[in-house]
Amino acid sequence: MTLLSVENLSVELGRRPVLHGLDLAVGPGEFVGLIGPNGAGKSTLLRSALHLLPAQGQVRLCGTDSTAMSARERAACVAYLAQEREIAWAVPVEMVVALGRSPHRPGFAALTERDRAIVDAAMRRMDVEAFRHRIATELSGGEKARVLAARALAQDTPLLLADEPTAGLDPAHQIALMRLFDSLAADGRSVVASLHDLGLAARWCSRLILLDKGRIVADGPPSGVLTPANLRAIYGVEAFFGEVDGAPIVHPLDLAAPD
Amino acid sequence: MSADRHYTLLIALLAILTLALFLLSLTTGPAGIAFAHSMKALLSDKADGVALIMREIRLPRALLGLMIGATLGLSGAVLQGYLRNPLAEPGLLGISASASLGAVLAIYTGLSASFLLALPLAALAGAVAAVLVVQAIAGARGGALLVILAGIAISSFAGAMTSLALNLSPNPFAAVEIMFWMLGSLTDRSMVHVWLAAPFMLIGWAMLGSLGRALDALTLGSETAASMGIGLRKVQFLAVFGTAAGVGAATAVAGAIGFVGLVVPHILRPLVGARPSRLLPASALGGACMVLAADILVRIVAPERDLKLGVLTAIVGAPFFLWLVFRTRRSLL
Repeated sequence: MTLLSVENLSVELGRRPVLHGLDLAVGPGEFVGLIGPNGAGKSTLLRSALHLLPAQGQVRLCGTDSTAMSARERAACVAYLAQEREIAWAVPVEMVVALGRSPHRPGFAALTERDRAIVDAAMRRMDVEAFRHRIATELSGGEKARVLAARALAQDTPLLLADEPTAGLDPAHQIALMRLFDSLAADGRSVVASLHDLGLAARWCSRLILLDKGRIVADGPPSGVLTPANLRAIYGVEAFFGEVDGAPIVHPLDLAAPD
Repeated sequence: MSADRHYTLLIALLAILTLALFLLSLTTGPAGIAFAHSMKALLSDKADGVALIMREIRLPRALLGLMIGATLGLSGAVLQGYLRNPLAEPGLLGISASASLGAVLAIYTGLSASFLLALPLAALAGAVAAVLVVQAIAGARGGALLVILAGIAISSFAGAMTSLALNLSPNPFAAVEIMFWMLGSLTDRSMVHVWLAAPFMLIGWAMLGSLGRALDALTLGSETAASMGIGLRKVQFLAVFGTAAGVGAATAVAGAIGFVGLVVPHILRPLVGARPSRLLPASALGGACMVLAADILVRIVAPERDLKLGVLTAIVGAPFFLWLVFRTRRSLL
C-alpha cells in the first residue's frame, strides 16, 4: 500500500502558482529527502499533502482519498513536523510531547499506560528525557526542535512529514535524527523530510526528490539525483563528490560559473 | 503526579472561594439582615419582607454575578488560547461593543421603557449581528488574525454608533441613562434577567468548555494542531459563537464589565502550568470570584452612591494588569 500518493497536484498561493501538476508516490519503508533551492515548493508540497492548503489534484493518505478523511483520520495516518517551532505557552516539555497522543484518545480521556510508554519512548529517542519537566519555551532552539520532533514521533503514525527537521540542530543531533528516520524506515514506516544539507541527504536518505520552480526535476536514489549536472543547473553550485564505506559524500564547494 | 494534585487542589480552593463569595453576596446589602436569618428566609417558603428581599433582590444579583463572572473568565481563557495571544479578551470580538450598541439603541428609541426585557433582547440582537459579521469576514477557513481584525473593526464601528446615539440623544436623561448603563452593574436585576441570560450562557459554556483539547493542541500553532486531528473551522465556530452566546447574554443583562476576561486567565495561567485546557475551569471559577467580590465591594465601599460594577473592575483590574506586565517584563530582561 502506498502511504502517500499525489496525482497532478497544483497549488496557488495568493495568485502565484507554486506547484505545477506534481505526481509522486511514497511506499512503506522509505526515507525520502525532499530537496531543492529556496522557493522550490518543498514546504508547499508537504503542507498541501497534509490538507493544510487548498490544492487541486488528488492526495491519497494510507490508501484513502484525503478529502474524504476527517482531520482525525488523517492524524492517524500522518504526523507533521512544522518548520516554525511555535510553542505559545510556558508548558512543560512532557505535556508538549504527550500532545502527540491526542488524536488517539477519545473525548476527555486521560493518557493510558500505552500512551505513556509511547511518549516515554519518543522522548528517549529524541534525547529530551533529561528535561521532561522543564518549561518548553525556555529551551534553546535546537532543544525545542528535538522536543517537537518527539511530539511528532509520539503521534506514532505510519507516515511522517518533516519540514527542515535538522535546521538548528548540532551535528550529533542532526545525525541522530537522520539515524532515527532511517530506523523508522527500517520498521516499515516512511518519512518525507525537506532538507537543505545535501551531505545529510546523500548519506542517509533512501530516495531523493529534487524540486525546482514547483516541478519535480529528479526522483530516485541519491546517487542518481545528486549529479554534478543537477547541482550546477538547479542549485548553481559546484560540489565535491566522494564515497566513504559505500555511502556517497556530497559537499558543495563554490558557486558554479554562469553559463 | 504532583502537578495533577496541585491542579485538583487549586480547583477545589477556587470552588470554595466562589461558594463563600456567593454566600457573602447574598448577605450583603442595605437591609442589614443577619446571616442565619437571611439563609433561613431564602430557603423557607414564607412571603415576609426578608424572604422577599432575599429571593427577589439578592438571589438574582448573586446568581448573575456568579454566571457573568464565569462566562467572562471562561471566554477570556478560550480566546487567549484560540488566538494564542495573552492580550485577547471577550471585548476583542466586538461582541460587548455591539451588545452595548443594541442596548443603547433600545434606550435611545424609548423601546427599553416599553417592556422589561426590551433592553436585554436588543443587546442580544446586537451581539448576534456582531458575531455574524465577524464570522462572515473571517470566513469559514478563517484564521485567528482575521477574527481579531474583524472584531476590532466591529468594535470601532459599534463604538462610533454608540457615540452617535449619545450625540443625538433627545434629552440629557436618556444620555445619562445610556452612560450609566454602559458602566455595567448588577443593581436591581430580577430573576427574569437570570432566566433570560441562563440559557444563552449555558449554551455558551457548553461550546467553550468543549474546546480544551483543541486549545492544548493549538499551543503548537494552527497547522500542527490541524495535523493532530483538530478541525480548525469547528474550533473557530465554537470559540466565536460560544463567546457571543455567553458574553452577549452577560452584556445584555449587566452592561459591559471589562478586565475580568483579560486579567483572570493571566493570574491563573502560571498556577495551572500554562496548560490551556486546565485554564478553562480555573478561569471560569476565578472570573466568578472576581465579579462576585467586586459586586460585594461596590455595596460596601459606597452603599449610597450606586458605584458601578464595571467601573470598579476597571479601577482594580487596570493597575493589577500593569503590575502583571511589569512582572513579565522583569522575567524577559
